[in-house]
Amino acid sequence: MTNDWSPRIVAFFCNWCTYTAADLAGVSRLKYASNVRVIRLMCSGRVDPQFVLDALAKGADAVLIGGCHPFDCHYVEGNYKCLRRFQLLKRMVQELGIEGDRLRLEWISAAEGDKVRTVINEMSATIRRLGPLGIPAKVEEWDREMEQFAAGIEVLESQAEPCESHAGVREGANV
Amino acid sequence: MDNRDSQEIRIGFYICHCGSNIAAMVDCPAVAKAIGKLAGVVLTRDYKYMCSDPGQELIRKDIAEFKLNRVVVASCSPLLHEKTFRGAVEAGGLNPFYFHMVNIREHDAWVHTDKAEATEKACALSRAAIRRVAKHKALEVKRVSVHPDVLVVGGGIAGIHAAMTIANAGRKVYLVEREPSIGGHMAKFDKTFPTLDCAACILTPKMSEAGSHPNITLMTYSEVAKMDGYVGNYTVTIKRKPRYIKEDVCTGCQECIANCVYKEPKFRDEFNEGLGKRKPVYIPFPQATPQVVAIDSRTCLNFKGGVLTDMCKKSCVAACGEKQAIDFTQQEILQEVKVGAIIIATGFQPFDAARIPQYGYGRYPNVYTALEIERLVNASGPTSGHVIMRDGTEPKSIGIIHCVGSRDQKTNRWCSKVCCMYSLKLAHLLKEHTGAEIYNFYIDMRTPGKGYEEFYDKLLEEGVHFIRGRVGEVTDWAASPEEEGKLVVRVEDTLAGYVRRIPFDMVVLATGLEPKSDAQDVRRLFNMSCGSEGFFLERHPKLAPVSTFSDGIYIAGCCQGPRDIPDTVAQAGAAAAEVLVLVDKGYIEQEPNTAFILDEECCGCKSCIPLCPYTAITFDATRKKAVINEALCKGCGTCVAACPSGSIVQNLFEDDEIFSEIEGVLAHD
Repeated sequence: MTNDWSPRIVAFFCNWCTYTAADLAGVSRLKYASNVRVIRLMCSGRVDPQFVLDALAKGADAVLIGGCHPFDCHYVEGNYKCLRRFQLLKRMVQELGIEGDRLRLEWISAAEGDKVRTVINEMSATIRRLGPLGIPAKVEEWDREMEQFAAGIEVLESQAEPCESHAGVREGANV
Repeated sequence: MDNRDSQEIRIGFYICHCGSNIAAMVDCPAVAKAIGKLAGVVLTRDYKYMCSDPGQELIRKDIAEFKLNRVVVASCSPLLHEKTFRGAVEAGGLNPFYFHMVNIREHDAWVHTDKAEATEKACALSRAAIRRVAKHKALEVKRVSVHPDVLVVGGGIAGIHAAMTIANAGRKVYLVEREPSIGGHMAKFDKTFPTLDCAACILTPKMSEAGSHPNITLMTYSEVAKMDGYVGNYTVTIKRKPRYIKEDVCTGCQECIANCVYKEPKFRDEFNEGLGKRKPVYIPFPQATPQVVAIDSRTCLNFKGGVLTDMCKKSCVAACGEKQAIDFTQQEILQEVKVGAIIIATGFQPFDAARIPQYGYGRYPNVYTALEIERLVNASGPTSGHVIMRDGTEPKSIGIIHCVGSRDQKTNRWCSKVCCMYSLKLAHLLKEHTGAEIYNFYIDMRTPGKGYEEFYDKLLEEGVHFIRGRVGEVTDWAASPEEEGKLVVRVEDTLAGYVRRIPFDMVVLATGLEPKSDAQDVRRLFNMSCGSEGFFLERHPKLAPVSTFSDGIYIAGCCQGPRDIPDTVAQAGAAAAEVLVLVDKGYIEQEPNTAFILDEECCGCKSCIPLCPYTAITFDATRKKAVINEALCKGCGTCVAACPSGSIVQNLFEDDEIFSEIEGVLAHD
């Protein structure tokens, strides 16, 4: 990890509470870490788990989701739907070997500009400590491995007798 | 209109300096240069004020000249100017939804301190918008008709003024008030600052006008129980509490009150802040509107614990005679009304002075709140305007303590805005009524307003004393013979520079204004937001001060924050004007961010159906497909995220658009 590395956090904020709170943070000129990129959705209930996985796969080091407080959702209960998905998603991501701290769900109301600052700063510090997630680099590495693996098979296949190809693959796997 | 979904993508990118608001922290030309290199971008410009007329004109002209079919503007929050720029894009002959906005002011320039980082962030966000906008589709704005009737919640001066304004414009208004009479806090005041005209003289004509206005349906002793629907078409359920009087029959003769089995008033009189007594059958105050009595089932002998027992001999019924206006069998009823717009004017509650125990309210009988003094000096108050204390004597010296429950880290941090002025007014009135020596203890005198500072000057000339310092405590512990039997105010006189003990007969606490205790329930009921202090949040503090984040719901008066009567009336008028704009136009244009089902992909699993809080999704059993009713869909997108086969699409927030946005913010190019 180099010193100039800075985490890249993708945030999904709901239009009514958290996005507005981030606007309020701006209007109040609160200063916070610059490594969060906010994507506006109408409701935290719109956050498809695929968005989160896609963000991690494309190079995000962490994902933050912001929604309205319980009982306050502009769409009545979209935030609960988000919470349910989030719990499951977080467990799944941890099973995949990704630290749970890289996913965060926060209820931030339109009045809580200060909470936007606190949450983003905290998260930025946490991810700095955890270091880069680097899934794209890992994917590249896996691709390279697979290519090498495939090349190995080809070599073995060209050397081996056709009827012994299966044994060849097993040997290739051990290369 | 040109709907060029399938043509070659030609994007115009505009970055706004916003004077120096953005340009001071973001290198706008550098962002424009970087974005210019992206695929599909044919034009980039950086301009001082994109939202200005010349800025919008730029977009219009460029669309024609460079054959742009997508536009991205990087400037302030879309919540502020998305409409403006969509308008410019439309004026340029393009579908307004071929546009995306990047927030590099509130989310970037204003919150960061490193120019390189802020510029990089602006690039990333803009890149995302460029990728996203390429996927945008032409959409059509839906028009929904607006019900012409209006609901006003809260019958204080704000609600009355708003209702009158709308009713005078020829629209039907339902005015709902929780108490038996409209009038609110203003009805309790004696005189109003700085002109000292009597509150009742200016308010009660308005009240009776509102009560008899053909376009106003007054619903007193009622509360809103439920609100359904959306802007232009709300269905509101109003709970009408039983007052055990037939409102249309009662003439307000008050014979029943005179003939109640309780010969003397016995129960706490809420209107007089508990300084007076009333009977179980009562009219809150002489000019109450409507002029209809109410029976309080908690204290009436005919009820026990609120349950009808028919134990009383009911002399009130006999007194009412042939009119037969009294009906003990009345039940709470729920009434449904349909309205197009709603004004919330639910007001404030005074700070509970007992929360600051060192000031002795509730412990020392001669410590009063300001609202109690309003009733005490009022000619129609419990003492007919004679300032007689709870111990039966008249005060010779009075201390008025400012900022009780205002500007205080331990209670409420905000300035309640009206207390300095009403303290001056009370000082004047108390001096007029009693000739007592009067001291004001203030932190700062805050008298901005027309004629307010002059009023302060007048008080200084009247010989009222002013001591700058926050009072430490009010105590009856006497340190010297002259303090014996008095209330001693201990305060640091910060101008003289020493701690003083000043004895008084009476102490008045200038209590601040705070949100009503059930403001949170009201907020949820009407889908509004609250600020951190608990007052309802306006859509924009300057440009949309009476609008809320829910379209069609407006706020006026002290429910939005402490303010005096002139400001409240001005705000109520503003809210009424906003409502009339909506109602008179007759229709509203709805953001086309609704969801729809891709019929061929839907497998009929029904996962989406229970997710929709608006029951917009139904199941077509013959075709085995889900169906979304576009009129009911509000565009949250919860079903879209849940659909396992990806067969629900949300306009403006399509999966593809969001995936390209994710890709954009993370890309390195």
